[in-house]
Amino acid sequence: MVPIEYYLILSVVLFAMGAAGVLARRNALIIFMSIELMLNAANLAFVTFARQYGQLDGQVFVFFVIAAAAAEVAVGLALIVMIFRSKHSIDVDQMSSLRE
Amino acid sequence: MLFSEAMSTGFFNLAPLVVLFPGIGLLFNMVFGGRLPEKVVGWVASLAVGAAFVISILLAVSLSAIHGHAEIVSVTEWMSIGSLHLDWAFRVDTLSVAMMLMVSGVGTLIHIYAIGYMHEDVRFKGDPTRFQRFFVFMNLFIAMMMILVSGDNYLMLFVGWEGVGLCSFLLIGFWYDLDILGRPSLENAKAANKAFIANRIGDFGFLIASFLIFTYLGSLQFDLVFAEVEHVAQPVILTITLFMLLGVVGKSAQIPLFVWLPDAMAGPTPVSALIHAATMVTAGVYLVARSAPLYGTVPAAQEIVALIGAVTALFAATIAVAQYDIKRVLAYSTISQLGFMVAAVGMGAYAAGMFHLVMHAFFKALLFLSAGSVILGIERGYHAMSHGKKGHGFHHTDDEVFNPNDMRNMGGLKDRMPVTFWVYLAGTLALAGIPPFAGFWSKDEILLDASLHYPVVYWLLTAAAFMTAFYMGRQVWLVFFGKSRHEAAEKAEESPRIITAPLVILAGLSVLGGVLNLPHFHTLGHWLEYTLGELRISEFSWLMAGQATLIALFAIFLAWLLYGRREQAANEPDALKKLLGPAFVVFEHMYWIDEGYAAVFINRYKDLARFLAEVIDGRFWHDWLHDSVLAAGFGKLARFLADPVDLGLIDGIANGLADLTQWVASRLRRFQNGFVRSYALSVLLGVVLILGYLLFR
Amino acid sequence: MAVDFELIMFFILAGVGIGTAAGMLLSRSAVYSALFLVLNFGAVAGFYLFLNAPFIAMAQITVYAGAIMVLFLFVIMLLGAEKLTPPEVLPWQRPLAVVLAGILILEAAYLLFLRTPGLGEIQMPGFGPDTSPAAIGAILFGKYLLPFEITSVLLLTAMVGAIVLVRPRKQGGGQE
Repeated sequence: MVPIEYYLILSVVLFAMGAAGVLARRNALIIFMSIELMLNAANLAFVTFARQYGQLDGQVFVFFVIAAAAAEVAVGLALIVMIFRSKHSIDVDQMSSLRE
Repeated sequence: MLFSEAMSTGFFNLAPLVVLFPGIGLLFNMVFGGRLPEKVVGWVASLAVGAAFVISILLAVSLSAIHGHAEIVSVTEWMSIGSLHLDWAFRVDTLSVAMMLMVSGVGTLIHIYAIGYMHEDVRFKGDPTRFQRFFVFMNLFIAMMMILVSGDNYLMLFVGWEGVGLCSFLLIGFWYDLDILGRPSLENAKAANKAFIANRIGDFGFLIASFLIFTYLGSLQFDLVFAEVEHVAQPVILTITLFMLLGVVGKSAQIPLFVWLPDAMAGPTPVSALIHAATMVTAGVYLVARSAPLYGTVPAAQEIVALIGAVTALFAATIAVAQYDIKRVLAYSTISQLGFMVAAVGMGAYAAGMFHLVMHAFFKALLFLSAGSVILGIERGYHAMSHGKKGHGFHHTDDEVFNPNDMRNMGGLKDRMPVTFWVYLAGTLALAGIPPFAGFWSKDEILLDASLHYPVVYWLLTAAAFMTAFYMGRQVWLVFFGKSRHEAAEKAEESPRIITAPLVILAGLSVLGGVLNLPHFHTLGHWLEYTLGELRISEFSWLMAGQATLIALFAIFLAWLLYGRREQAANEPDALKKLLGPAFVVFEHMYWIDEGYAAVFINRYKDLARFLAEVIDGRFWHDWLHDSVLAAGFGKLARFLADPVDLGLIDGIANGLADLTQWVASRLRRFQNGFVRSYALSVLLGVVLILGYLLFR
Repeated sequence: MAVDFELIMFFILAGVGIGTAAGMLLSRSAVYSALFLVLNFGAVAGFYLFLNAPFIAMAQITVYAGAIMVLFLFVIMLLGAEKLTPPEVLPWQRPLAVVLAGILILEAAYLLFLRTPGLGEIQMPGFGPDTSPAAIGAILFGKYLLPFEITSVLLLTAMVGAIVLVRPRKQGGGQE
């Protein structure tokens, strides 16, 4: 018997860790992974609620999120490859030309 | 509409047309006049007045068909304020129709004359574009004069009164920027202002009188006012009539407000004839006649009116004998003759006064127009002379000062301008009162009445009549007889037919006009009785008539002695001057009335104005109140606002805001650092803050 | 209160999940991070099983731990495990990120444990509706048919986009 709050707080912790990773790390790949972590945290919350309310819709939503994440990773990694080709670096702090 | 049917019901409904026709004429000329030839403009204007004349005849016929009962044709309600109810209504009675006939009849002839006169005048002055404007003003004048004489209440009369005053102003100042030879000058504009301001003083009196009438008699409509007269105290009526008299002396150029009329001759000659001789200046006489029920109740007022008229008649006549300007002589003559009329209506001899008014309109219009013809002739001669001169290379020193109006430049025009001479002679004899010319009958009637009721007035008027005959004789000798005293007079030419034709008609009227009111018949007198009630009509007296005729003939003989018997040389002093000496100088300078007014009134007024300007406005208002009180106060306030408030507070806030913004910006700029992680950080910060807000709100 | 087996299982898994997440964040090598993340995904998949979502658990393992993470590893290998060198240009970024994340967790905890009435508990072998892949498929191809098809378009677009992006450019030439 696990209180639902536990699942949810776990979801939040994972989400916060992912967010912190996005903010703290400079490596674009790690940032990407952190984003995946955050998506996972959200998925966990979805599934928890689906379980609580006895509905399948939450799980279907997670399915969509996984699909979107896959698409995002495919495009994102392609971008990173492109950026690495031109800048020879995946440090996001190097990608600050938007400032000017 | 069948004519016979109209005869039975009358043409009274056509009354508004007497105003409408000239109105249409002026609008037409205003809109299209610029694109039409001069002839069309002139004839449209003349026809408009002629149409008004026809309507006036129809009204007169209708009126006689119903035995002269007054008809009131109301067009529309004008105003209804409290107890004041006024209609825009035309009063068709024997008095107003007599005036309408005179105004439109003489007006038509003068309009026709003006077609020829202005054609030459605008070319002589060098601005032909003003031809159209002249006829617009003239039509406007006729329309206003018609409102004046046909209005059914004092306010409508006042509208016309002011309207003709305006037209007078516009037409006196017609050549507002040019002098008589077309050189730049402001004299005419000044004359126009003088006329306007003098009239304004009179209008003020009329206005006060109207207010008093409304206050004490409860209405402004003639019938209602006159019905109330009996119920009002004599002093009130006296006050009303005296204030009204102020209007009369202003409009009809009587002492003391006559000074504007001589200067008004600055207007083109048709204007002098129409406005300043025949019609507008008689409005004062008409007003007294119209207000007969008011004056009838206060003999004191009547006496004052009669005396003012008589004194003016003599006074102006004495000035006229010493004038050189042909139009100025006629101007003073007009003042003098207006004095006759005012004296007549003052004495209660309304029939005689109105009779003289109409006769005077004929012969004075004739004289003015003839004088205009003379002036044109001289101008033509002057023109020919200057052209001839250019060929010879001969320089004339008189060029700069040549005055075509000056009788000293004339002489001997009898042969060169025969038509003008004969009609001028007819006018002169009519004015001098030689039987059987028109002026004889009317003047005789006035003198007769005066001799029976007001001996003082009689003697004054007789002296004036003597003077009249003398100055007219002098004028005729100087202008038409003898040798030409100037080259221009030698080359003078007769005027074209369009100018002489109206003169001939007017001359006919001046000769035969007397039949209108012959002794024993008194056609005009009985006609007016329908309106003015039972009139005092004095029976013809051979003694009086003979006496007057002899006096006039003697005066003309005297004039011949002085001016005709021996020819006057060009630079010789006036013959009368030798005879009268200083008195002549007094006359010549018009008793220094202008100067006297200038010293007594105008300069005092200017002093007052200067006092107000310099002391009250300048020293007190500006220097002290403005500079010391207001300016200093404002200065202190401004300094307070400027230094502590503006620099300290406002600028502090403004600069503070700017500094704050700059500071915030410099801080905020760090966020815009181009690092995507920082942006993401702010997103998370937003998430945390919003969630915190939602939780702890 | 007896020791709850399910609760113990939850805490063990949660510890694994949080530990692997922290490992992913803190490891210097991207390869380690990727491997930690695979472990993390596995732990989350365990939770899905607890939560009566076997289909999602399987999808999680195959798609995330399998496909996505393999893709990550490929890229890492392709680019080389780069060691990023200081200097850190945003000195406040890291502490701030940690603090904000902490605040976020505290807020969520406050919301869940202090503000919300009890949400109930979950029993491990899970009752509730049929969550078999057949049931998921039924709802996926019924109620959510249109989003499902859009997802397929999204995946196709991403695939084409990725290929176009990384396509080697011809020297001096444009597209084509």
